[in-house]
Amino acid sequence: MTLDSKIPAGPLSEKWDNHKFKLKLVNPANKRKYDIIVVGTGLAGASAAASLAELGYNVKTFCFQDSPRRAHSIAAQGGINAAKNYRNDGDSVYRLFYDTIKGGDYRAREANVHRLAQVSVNIIDQCVAQGVPFAREYGGLLDNRSFGGAQVSRTFYAKGQTGQQLLLGAYSAMNRQIAEGKIKSYTRHEMLDVVLVDGQARGIIARDLVTGEIERHAGHAVLLCTGGYGNVFYLTTYARGSNGTAVWRAHKKGAYFGNPCFTQIHPTCIPVSGDHQSKLTLMSESLRNDGRIWVPKEKGDKRKPEAIPENERDYYLERIYPSFGNLVPRDIASRKAKEVCDEGRGVGSTGLAVYLDFADAIKRLGKDAVEAKYGNLFDMYKQITGEDPYQTPMRIYPAVHYTMGGLWVDYNLMTSVPGLYACGEANFSDHGANRLGASALMQGLADGYFVIPATLGDYLASVERKPISSDSPEFDAAEKAVKDGIEKLLSIKGNKTVHEFQRELGQIMWNHCGMARNEAGLKEGIEKIKQLRNEFWKDIHIPGTDQELNQNLEKAGRVADFLELGELMMVDALHRNESCGGHFREEFQTPEGEARRDDDNYTYVAAWEYKGEGQPEQLHKEKLDFESVTLTQRSYK
Amino acid sequence: MSSENMNLTLKVWRQRNGQSQGSFETYQAKSVSPDMSFLEMMDVVNEDLIKGGKDPIAFDHDCREGICGTCSMYINGRAHGPVKGVTACQLHMRSFIDGETITIEPWRATAFPVLKDLIVDRSAFDRIQQAGGFVSVNTGSVPDANAIPVAKACADEAFNSAACIGCGACVAACKNSSAMLFVSAKVSQYAMLPQGDVERKDRVIKMVSQMDEEGFGTCTNTEACEAECPKGISVTNIARLNREYLRAKLTE
Ligand SMILES: Cc1cc2nc3c(=O)[nH]c(=O)nc-3n(C[C@H](O)[C@H](O)[C@H](O)COP(=O)(O)OP(=O)(O)OC[C@H]3O[C@@H](n4cnc5c(N)ncnc54)[C@H](O)[C@@H]3O)c2cc1C
Ligand code: SF4
Ligand code: FES
Repeated sequence: MTLDSKIPAGPLSEKWDNHKFKLKLVNPANKRKYDIIVVGTGLAGASAAASLAELGYNVKTFCFQDSPRRAHSIAAQGGINAAKNYRNDGDSVYRLFYDTIKGGDYRAREANVHRLAQVSVNIIDQCVAQGVPFAREYGGLLDNRSFGGAQVSRTFYAKGQTGQQLLLGAYSAMNRQIAEGKIKSYTRHEMLDVVLVDGQARGIIARDLVTGEIERHAGHAVLLCTGGYGNVFYLTTYARGSNGTAVWRAHKKGAYFGNPCFTQIHPTCIPVSGDHQSKLTLMSESLRNDGRIWVPKEKGDKRKPEAIPENERDYYLERIYPSFGNLVPRDIASRKAKEVCDEGRGVGSTGLAVYLDFADAIKRLGKDAVEAKYGNLFDMYKQITGEDPYQTPMRIYPAVHYTMGGLWVDYNLMTSVPGLYACGEANFSDHGANRLGASALMQGLADGYFVIPATLGDYLASVERKPISSDSPEFDAAEKAVKDGIEKLLSIKGNKTVHEFQRELGQIMWNHCGMARNEAGLKEGIEKIKQLRNEFWKDIHIPGTDQELNQNLEKAGRVADFLELGELMMVDALHRNESCGGHFREEFQTPEGEARRDDDNYTYVAAWEYKGEGQPEQLHKEKLDFESVTLTQRSYK
Repeated sequence: MSSENMNLTLKVWRQRNGQSQGSFETYQAKSVSPDMSFLEMMDVVNEDLIKGGKDPIAFDHDCREGICGTCSMYINGRAHGPVKGVTACQLHMRSFIDGETITIEPWRATAFPVLKDLIVDRSAFDRIQQAGGFVSVNTGSVPDANAIPVAKACADEAFNSAACIGCGACVAACKNSSAMLFVSAKVSQYAMLPQGDVERKDRVIKMVSQMDEEGFGTCTNTEACEAECPKGISVTNIARLNREYLRAKLTE
């Protein structure tokens, strides 16, 4: 199969409108004859489900949590971008497009990103109408803040809980459709496979996580809105349940995987405190506006931070990047923290942390002003670490935060499997090699509220309207495969727990495919993953049965998939002989130690095709054409 | 940062499923670091149980940073444990002392049946929201976001009510298992905003009626809910709900 991105012809700013006009429509009376399956109820899934149901389609939604409202999107703190230009500070659709393309280090599609910037303005309108309580000014109009990678204030927010409020808005829209009977919501359900009939996605196999029952659900199209796969690294800012099972199983059914190695590592997270650690908590990026980052000049300096005199401290970001200082982009701040820790200058009991110091800010602005700005973050830090950041510097370290990679989709958000779509973080589409802050929420809602409702009809108009039966050999086979898989896991009865495997895998990924990667390390990592995978299938021990609520069984399936997906990430990282955005290959850097892209050879999306167990995946390249922007090397010195 | 590790005794509610009878089991949690979160301590205990050939304790959790509302444990007689304003996942072991016995139970309420061990079914909350917890606007058919100004005080107030994470601690804390704090927070959010004004009467009547149908108890103003709510949702929301309800009934 050749990759067809279906990017419409014509000038960039007119592509989306022209395209919408050309798409086939389903007549209103016929919409109710189509059944749509939406897996995932985060921002992308909830907004898609509600909007499609409003149009008249019959929708079924699935999530593994006990309520759609608990999807991982709930945890997003900072805000959502939109090119409203309410500040009159020179923002525009084109500027948001440009910032996003540049921020992604020129590895995203122009047409998709422009569409994203275009519909961003409608998102805010929609959310406000739903009753989302965004922050406002005294005049009653919406407030904005600025965020990394942009010179304008275009970020809308609801205190530090923007994701929560946006998700509750989408969830309320879903609830209205549930009440109308247009959505049927399945909670505590996990999708375990996509079912293909005649090469088209026609349903899913799901497990009821309470009873353990394996169910069939048929439909005319399947949307995967299942979020990112960053938990392959184990210690991350993701919710514990976030996983890659849906996208990985779809991949094995023929959906190409786009840029799997593009991972975002956030520089300001609370560091690991011990072996028991189960997740990492993000400290908002905004702290870097006033906090100064430093480590001791000397290796192994174990004095308390207060006891280290000014001239024995290294404010390394300010030293290396005098013009951007502590505000360099996420990827650079993260990499430099790793470097100073690798040199043995890291702080705290593990040596894997750097200081984020507010002493100067408190001196300059006063404690009250600092408290007004960051009080809730300081409290959160204190609750977790037991230390008071007003008295002693915070300790921070980078952590995995987002996956830019995901299922390859065309301009209509359809994967390489007809009838199978991917929205939100689950697809690869809009952020290239690095995502700007406050752009994931925007993308999830753009996909769900505005893109998929327009593009899905085009496909449906070409498929038969009669109901899809789940009583077919294809469903039989898929159900059997899922059941066999579960039985196999339970039958091993080895000695190691799922948790142990997950942690080991996370270590391998972090060490070999983390903030800095190199050829030898990746090759070694691939071997280690293969070994661990073999061990997993020989020595995993899962308590309990499949006929009950069994959290270890759920996790084991997810870890089994991560053990395969992790290898593909390394293969992808190994093949991309350049550094770009979050993908830093040590061999490809400038003499000053900055990322060096290779635009002549790597200006493409790597879309990987599954070829069967134990077979190498096949690489397809979707060349990226830049018509509107000129590619330049980033510099923050 | 860490001082001495602790040894603790846990008394945990174990129940196979919704049909079976449950009972307390006692476990030892050894060498617990004060830096661990409560759920991390539970993870360690579970690893020991699995290694010892036993069934681990099932408990709900996801974000582990106090925002998703999934975790739900009744710890030493208090919803989400002893520290005010935090969820069980944000609770750290430094809030306990060496040698302590900790009792861990699920939320107890007729409307929240136990599914397994510490996991309960809170879908009643979803059904209350489905009854009317929304503004009836379709995607795309809305005015510009700044077309209707909203006084900052109203917007902030609406936000404070909207901060509810739907965890159900208020129900668990209440001797009547009333869901009034949860329902009133949602009703208040919309009542404070012009966007929610059009449907406010219909909304409050439908949500309250669904709440009653789900088997939650009546509110007798003990205010235990506010004391245990991890997000500081105020009982003034309940007063507002009562006003909204009365007004809606009078003009029905
Ligand atoms: C701590 C943190 C802060 C962030 N802050 C910001 C921010 O300020 N601004 C911003 O723009 N972005 C932010 N992000 C990123 C952003 O939150 C996410 O990228 C985005 O919310 C993802 O939304 P989604 O709808 O694609 O997926 P998710 O919200 O992850 O939802 C996934 C859904 O899929 C379901 N699911 C998954 N697998 C299955 C399966 N097999 N079967 C059934 N259901 C399944 C889940 O139950 C869930 O409902 C932040 C991320 C983190 C971790
Ligand atoms: S009101 Fe408070 S205790 Fe009750 S569900 Fe909401 S956040 Fe939880
Ligand atoms: S696990 Fe999300 S609030 Fe506790």
